[in-house]
Amino acid sequence: MAGSIEHPIALGADREQVSLPLLGSVHEWVVTVDHKRLGMMYIGGGLVFFVIAGLQAATIRLQLAIPEAGIVAPQVFNRLLTVHGTAMVFLVGMPVLTGFLNYLVPLMIGARDLAFPRLNAFGFWLWLFGSLLLYFSYIGGDGLYGAGSAPDVGWFAYAPLTERAFSRGNSTDYWILSILLTSVGSTATAINLLTSIFCMRCEGMTLRKMPVLVWLAAVVSFLMCVALPPLSAAQIMLLLDRFLGAHFFDTQAGGSAILWQHFFWIFGHPEVYILVFPAFAFANEIIPVFSRKVIFGYSVMVAASCAIAIISLSVWAHHMFSVGMAPAGNAFFAASTMLVSVPTGIKIFNWIGTMWGGKIRFRVPMLFSVAFLVQFLIAGLTGIMLGVAPFDWQLTDTYFVVAHFHYVLIGAIIFMIFAAIYYWFPKATGKMLSERLGKWHFWLFLIGFHMTFDTMHFAGMRGMPRRIYTYQPGRGLDTLNLIESVGVIFQAAGVLILLINVIRSIRSGEPAGDDPWDAWTLEWSTSSPPPEYNFATLPVVRSRRPLWDLKHPEDPDWKYE
Amino acid sequence: MSAASAISTGAMNLGPVEPTTLPSRGRVGIVILILTETVFFSIFVAAYVFYIGKSLNGPRPKDVLAPPILNTICLLSSSITIVLAMRALQAGSIRSFGIWWLATLALGGEFMVGTAMEWHRLIYTEHLTIRTNLFGTTYYSLVGLHALHVTIGLILILLVMVFTMLGYMDRRHAERTDVLSWYWHFVDAVWVVVFITVYIIGR
Repeated sequence: MAGSIEHPIALGADREQVSLPLLGSVHEWVVTVDHKRLGMMYIGGGLVFFVIAGLQAATIRLQLAIPEAGIVAPQVFNRLLTVHGTAMVFLVGMPVLTGFLNYLVPLMIGARDLAFPRLNAFGFWLWLFGSLLLYFSYIGGDGLYGAGSAPDVGWFAYAPLTERAFSRGNSTDYWILSILLTSVGSTATAINLLTSIFCMRCEGMTLRKMPVLVWLAAVVSFLMCVALPPLSAAQIMLLLDRFLGAHFFDTQAGGSAILWQHFFWIFGHPEVYILVFPAFAFANEIIPVFSRKVIFGYSVMVAASCAIAIISLSVWAHHMFSVGMAPAGNAFFAASTMLVSVPTGIKIFNWIGTMWGGKIRFRVPMLFSVAFLVQFLIAGLTGIMLGVAPFDWQLTDTYFVVAHFHYVLIGAIIFMIFAAIYYWFPKATGKMLSERLGKWHFWLFLIGFHMTFDTMHFAGMRGMPRRIYTYQPGRGLDTLNLIESVGVIFQAAGVLILLINVIRSIRSGEPAGDDPWDAWTLEWSTSSPPPEYNFATLPVVRSRRPLWDLKHPEDPDWKYE
Repeated sequence: MSAASAISTGAMNLGPVEPTTLPSRGRVGIVILILTETVFFSIFVAAYVFYIGKSLNGPRPKDVLAPPILNTICLLSSSITIVLAMRALQAGSIRSFGIWWLATLALGGEFMVGTAMEWHRLIYTEHLTIRTNLFGTTYYSLVGLHALHVTIGLILILLVMVFTMLGYMDRRHAERTDVLSWYWHFVDAVWVVVFITVYIIGR
């Protein structure tokens, strides 16, 4: 920029870059407020934690591969499963998904950045340092008591186990503070996304002309704004209990342990949708492009998403059937859980309707999306089973539940994260990922996923409880558990191939061009990678598929919408 | 011609562009923040209501609590003075803006002083602390959380007051100042809920 040459700060920055190029570029990333860089830092940071928490899961499976294995001690096992669960939700799922939304929403609405770029950077650094606190607990969790390292209270940290009397040392405090910070960061991001969607859309983009991904980004931001505060509030109460001697969850002073469960799950169940909505959003963009058709039932899709968001706020106590609520409570939460499956079913039919009669191209993003469809359906069906209170009494806290939510979290969400990586990597880097390696990644991960998590359903129905660190031989669980553990090897191999693919592509991938998939939304109209200001001149749109209009001036979409 | 410039100039297709009017970022942002804070407060209110009458020992609310009428009048009037201040600012009358703004600051300040005196009495005369019983736990956390929000509001109002006295305020800042006034209205509205919960239902 010629204009800024005389500026002393700009001169200083130039000099730094000349003498220490690495430091200069690190400095650039640290001070950035660019939504694309922050998005990539969210995704990159989240994937680092994905590998760490994945290795913890692998250790858990190693311990459970054979009965009465002595690889990790029971206390270590408890810490592993607590940190694995907490990390996968708050340090992996949330940042990777909001990272994608951060990157994509301004591009898709034709804006130069989010509404509050500095707030965006603030949210990211809050998340990063909050995340580091969770793993720092392995070093600092002792406190002065010499009482254990990392948190070992489970990812939902039920009271009164988390009270000072039962959880000495600082491990639980690290759990609270880490999640409190990342939640505040996520809330800031959600406010930012929602404000951007309301206030920053380009000319011609009315609400009904937004890409479905942007609609879902709005819905998920709304959910984050109303679902994260209950967790933060409950955690502040727990901090007051632990540090000031308050009695919120102290049963000896009349406090209620059940209240924590309510507060946690008022957050906890919408959290599932906070994680799965971005996955839906990716499917809404990827499936039409690879089926060469417009999305089937745009308005219904949006309405179903809003319905799921609203209903999901009133289903939380289906996580608590076994605490002994009144029959009316059980009936209400079972019924609302059934109800949420209706709009969810509508979405699945809409995706099938989009593929129906299309010219489907089975590139890697589409492969992951199709697997997502099937697996999400199965996850939903076991969810309905668990929503029936008497069924839940039988199978709650067994591996059936573990299988169910891993089907959602991996079978739906992680699969769609992989799809999104293959789909948008060319936009972010300008290089294609290898299709051949991508297919290896897909098939290995698919086989491994089904080996591990299909079998878990059966182990659960045979009565294997959650969270146990070992089991006895000869109870019909040996073979199932061995298969589950062997599946981990396939999944790890798949992730390793993704890593190799990314490194190879950055070094010597084939150039992607602006629009490698022949897609229709605005992010593909700018260069790959996009310039810092996204668009040289702000776009003007006339339909939901502005690039289709551009490529097919003889048959534009706006004539029919 | 690249796709980017083609799509913005609209050179390739000349269909109708639907007009869009977009709201201000500041106002939308504060409304969403208020939504978030509302949920945050309602969890504390829920905990308060859930624990009414469940303390295992005294002191009990009806023995020690007196409705802080003066405090309430002051805080609620500050919503009126801030509206008058905003009207003055929008009309460009900085002097009368400053007077009403100072009045808001004073009324909010009185509320905090009143709360401090109430807490001092409860702690030193009635021997009620956050660890005494469930009433103390929920009372100090809910009222304290609201007082924290009043404090944040007062700091921001003070900041604007300093700018006004240094002569930096003019009509162009009406939009941003108005966003702050929305936050202040929210803090007042929360007090109405806290007052009803703590001093009417809870007693």
